[in-house]
Amino acid sequence: MKRIIQMTVNGEPVELAIEPNRTLLQVLREDLELTGTKHGCGLGDCGACTVILDGAPVNSCLVLAVQANGREVLTIEGLEENGDLHPIQKAFVEKGAIQCGFCTSGMILSAKALLDHNPRPSEIDIRTAISGNLCRCTGYQKIVEAIQAASETMAGSGGDAR
Amino acid sequence: MTEFRVLNSRAPRVDAAGKATGRAKYADDLTMPGMLYGAILQSPIAHGKILNIDTSKAKKLRGVKAVVTAKEAGLVKYGVSPARYDETLFAHDKVRYVGDEIAAVAAVDLETAQEAVQLIKVDFEELPAVFDMFEAMKEGAPQLHDEYPNNITAEVHQEFGDTEAAFAECDFVMDHTFLNKRQDAAFIEPHACIAVFDLDGKLTLHTATQVPHYVMRTVAMVLGIPVGNVRVVKPYVGGGFGPKAEATPLEMGAALLSRQTLKPVKMVYSREQVFLHSRARHQFYAEMSLGMKNDGTMVALKNKAVLDGGAYTSFGIATVYYSGSLLGGPYKLKAMKYDGYRIYTNKPACGAQRGHGGVAHRAAFEQLLDKTAVKLGMDPIELRLKNIMTTGDVTINELDMSSLGMKECIEAVRNGSDWNNKKGKLPKGKGIGMACGFFVSGAGYPIYRSDTYHSTVVIKMSEDGGIVNVLTGSAEIGQGSDTVVAMIAAETLGVPLECVRVTSGDTDLSMDLGAYSSRQTLMTGHATKEAAEQVKKQIVDVLAHEMNCHPSSIEFRNGKVLFDGGPGDFRHIRTNYVKEHRGWTDPPTDDYLTFKEAARIAYLKLGTLVGTGKYKPPRLGGAYKGAAVGTSPAYGCSAQVVEVTVDMETGQVTVDDMTDAHDCGLAINRTSVEGQMQGSLSMGLGETLFEEVKFDSRGRILNPNLGEYRIPTALDMPNVNCIIVESNEPNGPYGAKEVGEGAIMPTIPAILNAIYDATGVRINELPVTSERLFMALKKKEGV
Ligand code: FES
Ligand code: FES
Repeated sequence: MKRIIQMTVNGEPVELAIEPNRTLLQVLREDLELTGTKHGCGLGDCGACTVILDGAPVNSCLVLAVQANGREVLTIEGLEENGDLHPIQKAFVEKGAIQCGFCTSGMILSAKALLDHNPRPSEIDIRTAISGNLCRCTGYQKIVEAIQAASETMAGSGGDAR
Repeated sequence: MTEFRVLNSRAPRVDAAGKATGRAKYADDLTMPGMLYGAILQSPIAHGKILNIDTSKAKKLRGVKAVVTAKEAGLVKYGVSPARYDETLFAHDKVRYVGDEIAAVAAVDLETAQEAVQLIKVDFEELPAVFDMFEAMKEGAPQLHDEYPNNITAEVHQEFGDTEAAFAECDFVMDHTFLNKRQDAAFIEPHACIAVFDLDGKLTLHTATQVPHYVMRTVAMVLGIPVGNVRVVKPYVGGGFGPKAEATPLEMGAALLSRQTLKPVKMVYSREQVFLHSRARHQFYAEMSLGMKNDGTMVALKNKAVLDGGAYTSFGIATVYYSGSLLGGPYKLKAMKYDGYRIYTNKPACGAQRGHGGVAHRAAFEQLLDKTAVKLGMDPIELRLKNIMTTGDVTINELDMSSLGMKECIEAVRNGSDWNNKKGKLPKGKGIGMACGFFVSGAGYPIYRSDTYHSTVVIKMSEDGGIVNVLTGSAEIGQGSDTVVAMIAAETLGVPLECVRVTSGDTDLSMDLGAYSSRQTLMTGHATKEAAEQVKKQIVDVLAHEMNCHPSSIEFRNGKVLFDGGPGDFRHIRTNYVKEHRGWTDPPTDDYLTFKEAARIAYLKLGTLVGTGKYKPPRLGGAYKGAAVGTSPAYGCSAQVVEVTVDMETGQVTVDDMTDAHDCGLAINRTSVEGQMQGSLSMGLGETLFEEVKFDSRGRILNPNLGEYRIPTALDMPNVNCIIVESNEPNGPYGAKEVGEGAIMPTIPAILNAIYDATGVRINELPVTSERLFMALKKKEGV
């Protein structure tokens, strides 16, 4: 039996009729065609499916879509503003934090959740915040550097963002 | 030194914005109208005869559109190396591992397809299975393939120089053994594909692969259709590292199901199926002896390898050759002997993974050198420097080091890590270790015997002259090849990087063997350069005619045209151009004629401007059997220093610092080079400390997920001090060569040597879990 759910996705209200066993990840990717959120394992191990649910990062493969009823979801597609990349996205591009890109959406959302709560994180704060997001390509260094750079830009230090 | 405008910079990758915003499409992101979903039935047992397959129930399930087994698929044998085609798409007489493919289903949705798979009834007669490579070699062991007695897929026996005589003249001989574990590549994107057959029998296969070209050939062969009727298109790929460098049952199954149903069929591996398909790093056992002089001169090396290959050959023949050939350097030797065996066992097939075939034996060899240095009372760096090869040296197995900054790399890490102040001076529980390695910049020969070009590239100018379209079959899999190709095209044509658009990974665009053996930069780079030079010449010739000047006086720089180094009097060309473009929004106002204007004028004379480039290596290597494996037009090399802390109570190892110097020739993109170095070291760290695919007593994988098969997280990996060493490689485009795989070669032994330095215990079996090290520490205390 399908259930009707309502949620806000990237600022837009959506209403959907879905089977109760479907995950938020499936609904985002298949019903809403927001394929920027990736499926790497479906088991909560890789973090590629990370989205922000009511301000907190979650593995969307472990959340049933019905659990998102009445809540706010932010995916990678919701980060740009007026066609401008979000400072975290910009920093990932500039610092070479992206190789294959499959972990990138999840990484950026974990970074966003961190910086929203902790605008000037230490290196270890950053590493801890992304420790649930696996990346096989980069060795994490440039990802950490990008998040540091973004935190400086976003905190408006006006200083050298490098 | 040449001054570059685009190359050698830190330009952001051309695909970065698309990936940062979720726009970049991967295979599983694609859908098509009317698409069906496929699922595969895999063997639940490790070894057994198939007595009967009953698909009737599955076929009757509502929503099922096709069920295929070996009956429909046929029995065409395929594999990687034509010398060992030992797989069929679906098992017909036997299954050989838990996960062997038996049947596939296409249905209206994934749930129905999976349900149908469960309804297929297979009767087996279970056979005894063998899971250990040494057991499998024994007389009387269960046999996997009748054609290959004693379960030997391939054996190699090579000798260079007179080993016996060389050992006889040595002052002493050091021995070492080493065992690594089966690894998984653990790329974050599981394999996925969509196959579409059209009504006139042509197949388009969108797939997450490293090698569109080889997939095209294999799928055509297995399905029995002309190669020209198959087009393979690679969307963005979420990492490959080797296991995506061959055609999969997923791709062939989807293609077959699409042919049966004439609908697009999508298939995706679950994470568990990625582990079951495997094709990742073999388990290697190494046994080595090194003959030395008392003054620290290396004389002779004996190397024996046994590889656990799993149920099929995959890349295995090349793998077992590489374990021998990649030890010929970077040290001078008088003689070298190699005996290698690659063994079948009832487990998923192993294949190629980053540092193909070389990683485990490099680890053994560099550990052996560390032991030797201890025995000699010599600094391990001095020992290496004493025996090091330099540019122009040829290894004992005839690999030509046309450029080799090995010595520079060693010196760079010695300084960069402050080695001299640390080695021998650290407290107990802290250690420092080093190692070296080298790797091919593209295999010297294709996997099948052929005179084919290894890469061709087409460059086609947009009609308005503003965009350089690079069309290539090469495979961007995350390593950054699209960016390298774009940068080479921009540099060669003298235009800014933004003017270049790369379309890649499509077998209809050009011929390219793909992303394996670290070949894209050198080989696709050469072809790109040649194609760009052709386009440039066409434009220059037209301009020279228009300006009534000599072609050699014309230069393109940053998108501007220089005549004799200045703007020249180009007014008539501009007037012409502006007239042509009445109503266009971007009339040129520059003080110089722009490249765009020039390309447009050339188009008006010649029609669409197209340049084509091609590359294949010259004949390389010796005349002995297997001489092809290990040959390459160029070799990258690297040295690493690692510092660790060992908790002497628990055996827990923490890697504190890593210093890596890599000679990649000219670094086309410095940021990407560092990214490859850091990523390689991370994979090497995982392989050293945690990674092991484990099996139960019946051949089932115990940890087929990324929770229990642990790869490094951001908390495990330290920052790497990356030092780029740039020799000028005569055989590389603009002097460039590899970095993607060579960088992993020294990582394992550098960590192991650091652990020895910290503890006095030599661990020769991976992974170095705290239990393993704890037991070794206890054992040492007991003595
Ligand atoms: S897909 Fe959700 S954690 Fe891996
Ligand atoms: S960039 Fe490939 S997994 Fe992170």
